[in-house]
Order: sequence, then C-alpha cells, then structure tokens
Amino acid sequence: MTRPPLRTHIRFRLNEREVMREAVAASDTLLDFLRLEQRLTGSKEGCAEGDCGACTVLVGRLVGDALVYEPVNACIRFLASLDGCHVVTVEHLRGPEGALHPVQQAMVDHHGSQCGFCTPGIVMALYGLWMRVPHPTRREVEVALQGNLCRCTGYRPIIDAAMSIEAAGEDFLAAERDTVTAELMTWRDGARVEVARDGSRAVLPGDVDDLAACLEAEPEARVIAGATDVGLWVTKHLRALPVAVFVGHLEGLKQIEDGAEAIRIGAGVTYSEAEGAMGAALPHLAPYFERIAGWQVRNMGTIGGNIANGSPIGDMPPVLIALGATITLRKGAARREIALEDFFVDYGKQDRAPGEFVEAITVPKPGGFHAAYKVSKRRDEDISTVAAGIHVAVEGGKITAARIAYGGMAAVPKRAAAAEAILIGAPFGAAAFEAAAEAVAEDFAPLTDMRASAEYRMRVAQNLLRRFWIEQGADGEVAA
Amino acid sequence: MSGVKGAAGQDLRHDSAIKQVMGRADYTDDIALPEGALHAYLGLAQIAAGRIVSMDLSAVEAAPGVIGVLTAKDVPGVNDVSPTGRHDEPLLAEDRVEFHGQALFAVVAETRDAARRAAELAKVDYAPEAHVTDVAEALAADYPHVTEPLTLRRGDAAAAMADAPKRIKGQMRVGGQDHMYLEGHIALAIPGEDETVEVWASTQHPSEAQHMVAHVLGVPSNAVVVQVRRMGGGFGGKESQMNLFCAVAAMAAKKWGAAVKIRPDRDQDMIATGKRPDRDQDMIATGKRHDFLVDYEVGFDETGRILAVDGEFAARCGWSSDLSGPVTDRALFHADNAYYYPAAELRSRPMKTNTVSNTAFRGFGGPQGVIAAERMVEEIAYALGRDPLDIRKANFYGVHGDVTPYHQTVEDNIMPRVVEELEASADYQARRAAVLAHNAKGGVTRKGIALTPVKFGISFTATWFNQAGALVHVYNDGSIMLNHGGTEMGQGLNTKMAQVVADAFQVDVDKVRITKTTTEKVPNTSATAASSGSDLNGMAALDACAQIKARLVSWATEAWGVGEEAVRFAENQVHVGDEVLPFAEFIKQAYMARVHLSAAGFYKTPKIHWDRETGQGRPFYYFAYGAALAEVTIDTLTGEYEVDRVDVLHDVGRSLNPVLDKGQVEGAFVQGMGWLTTEELWWDDEGRLRTHAPSTYKIPLASDMPKEFNVRLADWSENAERTIKRSKAVGEPPFMLGISVFEALSMAVASVGDYRECPRLDAPATPECVLMAVERLRG
Repeated sequence: MTRPPLRTHIRFRLNEREVMREAVAASDTLLDFLRLEQRLTGSKEGCAEGDCGACTVLVGRLVGDALVYEPVNACIRFLASLDGCHVVTVEHLRGPEGALHPVQQAMVDHHGSQCGFCTPGIVMALYGLWMRVPHPTRREVEVALQGNLCRCTGYRPIIDAAMSIEAAGEDFLAAERDTVTAELMTWRDGARVEVARDGSRAVLPGDVDDLAACLEAEPEARVIAGATDVGLWVTKHLRALPVAVFVGHLEGLKQIEDGAEAIRIGAGVTYSEAEGAMGAALPHLAPYFERIAGWQVRNMGTIGGNIANGSPIGDMPPVLIALGATITLRKGAARREIALEDFFVDYGKQDRAPGEFVEAITVPKPGGFHAAYKVSKRRDEDISTVAAGIHVAVEGGKITAARIAYGGMAAVPKRAAAAEAILIGAPFGAAAFEAAAEAVAEDFAPLTDMRASAEYRMRVAQNLLRRFWIEQGADGEVAA
Repeated sequence: MSGVKGAAGQDLRHDSAIKQVMGRADYTDDIALPEGALHAYLGLAQIAAGRIVSMDLSAVEAAPGVIGVLTAKDVPGVNDVSPTGRHDEPLLAEDRVEFHGQALFAVVAETRDAARRAAELAKVDYAPEAHVTDVAEALAADYPHVTEPLTLRRGDAAAAMADAPKRIKGQMRVGGQDHMYLEGHIALAIPGEDETVEVWASTQHPSEAQHMVAHVLGVPSNAVVVQVRRMGGGFGGKESQMNLFCAVAAMAAKKWGAAVKIRPDRDQDMIATGKRPDRDQDMIATGKRHDFLVDYEVGFDETGRILAVDGEFAARCGWSSDLSGPVTDRALFHADNAYYYPAAELRSRPMKTNTVSNTAFRGFGGPQGVIAAERMVEEIAYALGRDPLDIRKANFYGVHGDVTPYHQTVEDNIMPRVVEELEASADYQARRAAVLAHNAKGGVTRKGIALTPVKFGISFTATWFNQAGALVHVYNDGSIMLNHGGTEMGQGLNTKMAQVVADAFQVDVDKVRITKTTTEKVPNTSATAASSGSDLNGMAALDACAQIKARLVSWATEAWGVGEEAVRFAENQVHVGDEVLPFAEFIKQAYMARVHLSAAGFYKTPKIHWDRETGQGRPFYYFAYGAALAEVTIDTLTGEYEVDRVDVLHDVGRSLNPVLDKGQVEGAFVQGMGWLTTEELWWDDEGRLRTHAPSTYKIPLASDMPKEFNVRLADWSENAERTIKRSKAVGEPPFMLGISVFEALSMAVASVGDYRECPRLDAPATPECVLMAVERLRG
C-alpha cells in the first residue's frame, strides 16, 4: 500500500470564487463559515439540526467525471468535507441580465414568501429539484420539500410556484458547468488532506486503503460520513471533535454492485444514491426511501452511517435485517463479514473493534413476500415510532422462512423471534399472522417517550403484521 | 376603480418578496455587528421547582472568551418583566426555580460559541420540591391561579340545565402549541450616550420591549429605543416573550459598554450531566399556546337545540401570569363560537403550573373556546344520531337569539350565509353520503367529513390597547414615508399600509416607503396582535394622510381661488379647478408655500367597552366569520391519516389585498390543522419539555397540506362597521378553520362504532390518539 501525498489545506469553490483554508477545525460548519466569516447571510439558521431547511445550499461534486449538484443543510455540513466541491448559496442565484432566477421569479409571482425566513432555503431546494425535473408533479415537489419547513404559508403557493417555473434562457450553473467541472477535476489529486484549528483536526483520506491506515493509526478518530448525526453532536451537544476522519468523498465507498443474488452497497453510498439501485433490486424499498428524513439529509446521510451509529431508531437496519443483510467490517487489510443484526450488541454498543469501520453492506434478494413499513407522528421527515421489515417465503401454501425486524421497539434494531417461530411452518393465511401478531408481545417491551407510548408501539408493531397479510395475502394464496 | 398602482383593494405582492427570494431581506441576526460586539447566552434551571441553595459561576467566568456574568443581583432597575405589571416574572431567578428551563443567569463572551460553552459550566445546588406540569394535576394539587379567573353568566344556567330534556357531560383535553416561527428570538443592544440604549429585536411589541428594558435598567422610557425591520414569523410568540432577551442584551450592553447580541439556540445539550440533548432554549424558555382541560355540560332538546351550557376552562398557564388573564378570558368569549346559548355559565381557571409561562398565540385562547363549542355540537349530534351540521344550523345566532354570554349583541351575523354557500359550493351533502357509503364497506381505511364554522371577535379585550399611531411625511419631491406602530412578521402589514396611503394620496404604491418600526417614530404602540394590525394602524395612517391632505386642500383653495370640492387627488395627479398638476409638482409648490407636509395620525376603536367585574359589555367592535369543510382518511391499523380535501370560505370584509388575505387564510388553516394533529408538547416526569425542536416537535410539511385545497374569500362581504376600507381582520380567525380536520378525524373514528358514540378525541389527534380511539370504540 502506498501512502497518498499529503495536503494541508482544503480548497473548494464558493459561488464564483475559489476558497483555500488551512486552519479548519473538524467541527467547523459550513453555515458558520458562510454567515459569520463570509457575511453571506442569505442562508438562515432556523434549527441547527438539519430539520428546517432554512440553511439549504447546493453542493456540487464530481461523481465520476460528472458534476452533480445536491441541496444540503449547511448547518450540519462540516466545512472540511467540502474539499473539492462547489458550494452555491442563494446569493449566487440569478437569471439572465440581472433578472431574478426563474425559481425566484415563480416564488414571487405565486406569493410563496410571507415572513421570508424559510424562503432562501426553499428557493435552493426548489432550484435543486428544477435542475433535475423542470416540470415536477405535486408529489415530486412534496418529496423535494420534505426537508423544508414553512410556518406561514401553508405551502400552497410554494407548491404552485414549484410546478410553474418557466425557464428563461440557459441556466447560469449550466452555462458555467464545463468551467467548474474542469476546475474541480484539476483539484482531484488523490491526496490525503489534513487541516486543523484549535485542537480539532480533520482528516480526509486519499482512498479507502488510506482510510484503513488512518483508522489503524488513530483508532479513537471519529468517522464522519454524511454528518447528519455527528453534525448535531457539534451544533447541539457542543461536543468536541479532536480527530475526525471524513469518508463522504471516497469513491471507493460509493460502489453499488447489483448481482443476481444480492446487491452490495458501499458504506459511503447516500440514501439518494442508494434509492434508485436498491429500489430497482428490491421494489418494496422504493417507497420506503421517501420516508427517510428530508431530501437534504438523504443527500448527505449514508447507508453505512445509519448502521454504524448504532441507533435503535435508524430507518435502514430493520428492513435490511429482514432481508438477511450482512456487513463487511474492515480493519487495516483484514475484513470480516457478519450478519447485520449481530452488529447491534446493545444500546450504544456495536460489534466493532477500535480502528475497524463498516466498508459495505450486502443485501440478499430473497424471493417471497416483502414489506418495509414506517410509522411516525408526522408522515414525512420524522423519526420512526416503529419501523418494520418483513420477509416471508412460502412453498406449497406453507411459510418456509420468516424474518421480521423492528426498529423503535427495543434498545437495538431487533428481530421478532417468537413471531417468526409461529409463522415458520404455518399455512400462509390470516390465522398465522394473527397468531404472529399476538406473539410480538413476547418479543418486545417497548418504551414510552415523546414519540409514542409503549402501548401504541406494541399495537402498531402487531398491526403491521396484520397489514402484511391484508396487503400480500390474496396474491400469496394465489401464488401458494 | 382607482387608477393608481397598488391602491387599497388590489392584489399586490408582499413588499419584501423580491428581497426574500434573493436572500437579501435582513433579519436581526443579519445585521452587521459593531466593532467589539459581545454575545450573551442564558443559563437555565435544571429542575422544575425548588430553591436555589447556591449558584457558583466561577467556572463560567473563568471560561475562555468570557467577559462576565449577569445574575438577578446585577439588575440595576427592577428584576421583573411581567407584561401586565403583576410583578410575578423575575427576569433572572432570585432564590426560587419555578420551571425547568427558567433563566438563572446570563454569560457574556467574545463569541456566541464561547458563551454557549461557558453557560454549561455553572454549578447550581438546588433543594428540589414537588412540581406539577399538567393542568389536571394542578387542579388536583390545589395549585393557585396565576391571575383572577373570569365568569361569564347569562340566564340561569343551572335551572335551564335541570329543565333540559337531555344533558351530556364531558371533558376534553386540548394541547398547547409552540409557535415554531422559523426565526427564533434574538436581540441586539447597542449602548448609547448617557443612559440610552438602542435595541434591535425580533418583536411584535416594540413599545413593551422599550418599557420593559427601561424598567429593568431603571431608566425612563425615553432612554430606550426599540426597533424591528421584520420578523421571521411571530404568531404571538414575540408579543411578550422577547422581553427577557431585550432586557438581558440591554443590561449587558450598558454594563460592558459594547454592543451585545443574544440569540437562544433551538437546542442545547447538558454536557455536565451527560444526558441526551433535550434542551431547546428558544422552545424551553419561551411560552406557548395554553393547553386546556375543559369540563363541559350541555343541555339540549330532541331537535338538537342547545338550552344550557356550563363550562369550566382550566388552562396550563405556567409559572407566571404573562398574558394568561386575557388569554383565558378570550377562551370564554369564544366558548359560544357561532351559537346562541339561551343560558350559560362559563368559568376560567388560569392554573399555575411548573412549566414555561404560556403566552399569546394566534387566536389567543379563542381556538380553545371554539373547539369546546364544537365538541358540544358533536356530542349532541352523536347522541341524536344527526349530522353535526344540522345541529350547527339549528343553533346559529339569529335562529333563536343574538345575545352572547358576555351580553354583546351579534349585529353583523353572516354565519348562515357563509355556511350555506360553502355547503353548496363544496358539495357537502353528496360527499357526506359518499363518505358514509365508503365506511359502510367496513375496510381498514375510514373516511370522515366535517363542516365547521368560526365566528371570531375583533378587538383587544383590554380596551386601552385599541389605539394606534402613524407618522406620515411627504417629502418635497413627492415621495412619501410612512411609519406606523405595527410590526411586519410576514403578514404583509407594511404592504397593506402602503396601499392605504397610496389610496389616500392617489399615488402609485411605489411612491410610499415603509422601513423599520421604531419607538422613536410612533410612541406607546400596542402589540401587533389580536389581528388588529391593519384595522388600527390603517386608520391611524389614514388620519395622518387626511391631516396633510386637509392642509394641502386648504392651501390650494387659497392659492388657486377655488372651492374645496375643486381640489381632487386622482391618478398620480392633483386636479385644482381646471388645472392638473403631477402629484410631485403639486407637492413641490406646496412646500414652497410652506405647507406642513408631515402629520402624526391617531386612531382609537369606537363603540367598545368591557366590564370584567360584571362580565358584560361590548368587548368586540365586530366579528369575522368563516367556514371550512374537511375530508380525511384514516388507517385503522396505525392511526395514520391523510387530509384528502379542504374547502374554505372566509370573510375578510372588503379585502385590502385579496392575495395577501388568502395567504393568511391558507397559512392559518394549516397552522390550525397542525395544532390539532401532529404538534404535540410532551413533558417528562422531571418536568422537562422533550419535544423541543423541529426534530421532535412536528409542524406540518408540504406533504401534509390537503391533497385538494380550495380557499375562497367571501367577496360579497363588507364590514358593517366603519373599519379601514370596510375590511376585516384576518390574522387569527381562519386559524380555527383547522378544527374541521379534527372533527373529520373524529367522524372517521366514530365509524368503527357505527357512529353510536362520540369518539371524544383529545387534541392533538396524533396517529396514536386516533388508533387508541379506534381501539376503544371497537371495544
């Protein structure tokens, strides 16, 4: 393994110019950089936790040789992670010859702003949507705005604006795309980047092997992928980040290999990147991705991060466990593969050695019947009250395999062993699922908290098995 | 039809719209700080009730970047920010803690980050005491009232109840609501000469902030200037709650002779205790909509006619009175909603609790009164097996009587017409039949439909607040500057006020400029609240315009030797006899002739009076009306739901700006729907609010908007009273239209019990609440 060269500054493009910085703490956020240092105050701080979208900016990055812009939350995006990117803020947005940009003009024409505090973020999210889908459906607009709160308008004029944006000549970012792409290409040097300030150091490994080397050398380093969790440690918990190793830029963690038997997802693949491939390979997951966070967070958060942080309410683990997913853990050059459910040992405790990191997730494509459910207080951009992954295989009218996993029901994402035992060998019918639903009570003793009571969680967990039968039963009987 | 651009009555975009979409509309946090500016942050109490044994701030003071700390002992004037002068709200705690999150001290540092980190280092010893966070617990524990309760009495309710052929008694819990304005609280104080200080703040009530800062600093009000350009939302949450931040910033600015900014975080961790993050300083330290526990009894006959109502409205007021007196009063004023009660007794119980002191929020107690009235209607309908809409129509004012429980006669009633029009235009009857047919199939999804009305009283019930001032300058180039006492929080008040002035002088609206609201220009203003912004300030602005116009006319009649009727302002011109001058030219000549081109206008609402002792009077100048029809689908396996369609018909009188008014109606509807569906305030056993930030407190998203959303203004309506251009207030009344969603959810739930039983949903009807009610009705 050869060490990549070392670079001691980050460089990125901010709107129309290049920024180079050496003194950057791992915990420095993009929003503070914009508002406090650059005095670009168009991006607002509404919540500092990635939930309101008032700070939404676009980040352009090279995917292969293509430049891709995505809306992200500047409040929880660490500055160091922007190395090699193009940051576009609302101040940069413009139409031809001094006019408003078509997105801005539509918002004005439809009276989409009242107090205006959420408006710059909404403009940027809608711009991100319009770049991909010039004439979106209402549903596409709703999904694009899952990460943007507005407390004044009730959203009707914003949705109308989004659905009636009229292009006016070539878009300014499209016009400069080749120039920006070329600039970002010249910066792509494969170097390891290290920057620091006030006792907080950020490391951006040159490649995955270098990541393994970094973590072996400094096993106490905090691995940061999308920062959608760690970002809050800084903005909310005021926690220090003495050493952080950023992995979101590593192409080697972004591979998706779709095989006949399984799909292998690199740990650094974001929800947005995984959505298409995983939704195609496992169609029941396609609608589930829309229930995970808001668009900005889906553009940052990774499948690997959602697993590695060990949360009992992560959205991915239950549905992946139900599919029999395994994860590849790597330390140095050594790799081991374990069942995903075995990774979650207890609350806050995972089967991960110091210096070890999640490299990939392998998700089998079992035949049979599948479902992925999420129940939350608010349908979109909310944390699961209960999430469930269900897989059932049926042969000759009998259930031959069953894997049921829940989130939000225990200290870790966990399988419903008693319910599975009842299903396996039983005739594929309403009675089996009714009995399995009752057995869920033996599997879990959920908590009462601000999201829901224990009683509701249990009832919903049971009813999701009843739902599974109602939705899949008729076809199942035919198939069986 | 007026010939000028943007005159009153025209659709005109919000005057900041272009700046807002460009990110160039500045809020208080965007103001460039003066050299050497400092940052303050609050240290909050970590128990819900008890005594402060000792507070050791040495580690806070020694932290990097810290300039100093402020405690109650450092208050130069009076350590109190009670908005009603009850002296029950210390700015910084002295020896007692009354709620988890009460401000104990402030730390001032070179950066906000340093101040935040330092605030965590305080060592406070408490002697904790038992605490109460819930209204029912407060009643059971015999907790005191924070302010005097009110009783409204008309007729002999007890006797009428006893005589009623049918009676139903029930109880309803109505949850509170956080404002969740996107811009949190913020204040920036800049010290001036002598004892003066200038404060920029996100406030709906600059005059109160001014008086409160003066009170805390121990200086006269003329030493304090408070100003605000715009807020990133207010909704009532910045009517009294900014006092804390303004006063702390001003104290620090005077003490250290530097500009001081304070901006609480949405969330703050407790590093010291190692607990999970559960602290949101803005949400934890500032008040919200009052939660209510309503005990009701309604007497009625077989036709569904209401004969008697007895209601007790207990509210979670929090640790101090704040505005809880007028809020709980307004709940009683709206406990009739649109219905005539032949006999009624309504009592308020403003309960003290060990929670943040609840405050103004769009509707100001009214929504909690209205929802109780609608619950009683539902009870009667289910008891009689009737459509709730029939019960409503049988009890509207005008059918059997016109006098409210507070003895005001309803003179401007248009409720029946609004409801009948909506019923027809939204095809209520056929859609209700379709909903019943869907539910009769007995599937997993059930539907509900409800048409609910709202009648809302306009005026501050504290009669003296119903006054306003405005200052109009006409410069000698013909451009006009308006300052008024109202504040801009997104509602478009400045746009409407500019339209009023443009209309008065008959010039294009772009000739009129409105900038910040400042206590230097217009003194002793009332809060921009109670939906009164346009009513009060519009009339004051009109008065100022009228004064200037009178002087101009007087001068012109003399200069041209014509009669007053020969001087006419029209289409950016002034007609004087046969001569037509461009407005700017006319003004230039007036200036040369030494006409006074500036005026201070004033307005006080006529006709209103209120005697709280007797519970009688005319607290409201007029009423605003509206109705909404909501259709929903629930999932009986999870309690999740969707709002399929909403139709609204709302009365804004003769609108000053229909497109802005429609925006208010739509926004209020969705906010009202949020209050009753997914917005849940949840306190843990330690008295900590755990739904404290957008990650845990869920306001509606774009995808929660009704799938079909048809909002119309009743364009035939005009105010029976002589309000500004015969318009009506619009900020609060449509908030209560969200109740239609709540009642539609109730109907969907009732279907699983074949509509035999009123589901008695508590609010908010979260998916959990819906599922549990479904299970209960299934038995």
